[in-house]
Amino acid sequence: MSFNRILAGALAAVMALGLTVPMAQAQNGPLRIEITEGVIEPLPFAVPDFVAENAAAAEYAANIARVIASDLSGTGLFREIPASAHIDRITSFDAPVAYESWKAINAQALITGAVSASGDRIVVKFRLFDVFSGQQMGEGLQFAGTPQSWRRMAHKVADAAYSRITGEGGYFDSRVVFVSETGPKNARQKRLAVMDYDGANVQFLTDSSSIVIAPRFSPSGDRILYTSYASGFPRITLMDVGSLRSQTLAEQPGTMTFAPRFSPDGRRVVFSLERGGNSDLYMLDIGSGQLAQLTNAPSIETAPSFSPDGSQIVFESDRSGNQQLYIMPANGGEARRISSGPGRYGTPVWSPRGDLIAFTKQNAGRFHIGVMRTDGSEERLLTASFLDEGPTWSPNGRVIMFTRETAGEGGEPRLYSVDITGRNLRQVPTPGAASDPAWSPLLP
Amino acid sequence: MSFLPKAFLLVAALGLAACNNPDRFGAGGAGGADGFGAGGAGGFVDTTGLGDPNDPRSIAFFNQRVGDRVLFAVDQHTLSPEAQQVLTAQAQWLNANPAYAIIIEGHADEQGTREYNLALGARRATSVQNYLISQGVAGNRMRTISYGKERPIEVCSNEACYAQNRRSMTVLSVGGGV
Repeated sequence: MSFNRILAGALAAVMALGLTVPMAQAQNGPLRIEITEGVIEPLPFAVPDFVAENAAAAEYAANIARVIASDLSGTGLFREIPASAHIDRITSFDAPVAYESWKAINAQALITGAVSASGDRIVVKFRLFDVFSGQQMGEGLQFAGTPQSWRRMAHKVADAAYSRITGEGGYFDSRVVFVSETGPKNARQKRLAVMDYDGANVQFLTDSSSIVIAPRFSPSGDRILYTSYASGFPRITLMDVGSLRSQTLAEQPGTMTFAPRFSPDGRRVVFSLERGGNSDLYMLDIGSGQLAQLTNAPSIETAPSFSPDGSQIVFESDRSGNQQLYIMPANGGEARRISSGPGRYGTPVWSPRGDLIAFTKQNAGRFHIGVMRTDGSEERLLTASFLDEGPTWSPNGRVIMFTRETAGEGGEPRLYSVDITGRNLRQVPTPGAASDPAWSPLLP
Repeated sequence: MSFLPKAFLLVAALGLAACNNPDRFGAGGAGGADGFGAGGAGGFVDTTGLGDPNDPRSIAFFNQRVGDRVLFAVDQHTLSPEAQQVLTAQAQWLNANPAYAIIIEGHADEQGTREYNLALGARRATSVQNYLISQGVAGNRMRTISYGKERPIEVCSNEACYAQNRRSMTVLSVGGGV
């Protein structure tokens, strides 16, 4: 597949640009990355090709190891020691690990694995070792699936390794829904698409016959909310990912609806409804169709996002004169402003951990993606460019993906990710121009 | 397989419906009489169905001679004296030609977040609608729609282009209602 080649090339280019200075130091104590702002030095690891336990498994054995290596290296927290530097070769999954030969090349973590394939089923086993203390970390794990899902199994291995070493949840076995864009800037064609978090397995969900905007995954990842112009007017729309069937929600004649987002239980939708030129926030109960108005002001209220416990909603409003961020109870009521710096703040999104709000900020002719605590304190800008907007959180609240658009006639959007310390900014490979990413939860 | 022909027909019908608004296809040349639009962005202008611009009852006349658009200041939706002048002329023409239905599109430049610009475009379209109503145009002939920053006319990223993109467009179609 040529797309896989493109992906591999793009990842290699990003890694070549990474200006990390290798600092080979053996650690003391158990293998552990404490992810704080102080962590700069990536942890060296080795993931030799998995052992093919039969002939049919041969094509997956090396590919799975490569995807695991990409996942871990892509975080910026790990650095792969390439196979060319390995002294030992893993030829049997159950043979004892020769720790000395991995210590000699300073691999602090070692991931070994094996694949067997028969008919429509492959089984992937793996183990994680702490090389310098000479111990296996956790139990070995085994995943089974269809041959087509081999990348997912690789992501699951990487998630388990990431999680054991950092103590945080992983995010590799996840998908991203986004808007794929083609054509000139003044006649853009837009289609909904989904892909693995790393840009693989792109699949289109709509054709380009009407404008689509800002898709959002349901908490279980099986449905997508977005804004569609299919009726000629912007309307919030619900798609079932399995059947690709869409239905318009909250149809109110003469109004425009947009900026929808699910409640954490997946049963309700909070969104903007425009009537007579004024946009306010509403809540729709999907099952009953019951509609409730949450704000009632002549200002623009939009871009709502629930707190993970479902009790509050963060949104943007220009009630003070320009765009600022506010938090209110999920059933409406008094809102408190949380943004206070210079410039305009929009598109707030609550972190899945609950502790941070990501946002888009415009100030002095530049756009930024930033985070702040839910009381507005500790604002931190993570990026700066001509146009950055629309942050979305990785399932573990560690990474933010967003749209970065370049200026001018040939300007086009691409997807980027950055971690919440502002490090590890990288482009996410997509087949062409892309915007409005929304991250799924971790897949089951 | 009946799916494919049906899908093709749908696309073809949407294409026809859009012909009254050449700007959706990019060049904006049809509106150039006001000095707007002739941006040379390339693209496809289909003026079929708009009539002869010398015919004062044609859509082409409305678009070019009366002026189908007004511009707005950064992050504003109030109507400038120049905008009010254009809209007064629009209202006179629309009152004299009651057979046309009217869609008022609100647009924003790219300096803003997507959702906010959708809301801002709706404010602009509504400002225009309210002014036309105040000039006697029947409200039930008109609908508003916002495109936010989705459909710029001009593609450069400086104030000269942004000024043209912060606009409302009065788009006509034959037929009584909307």
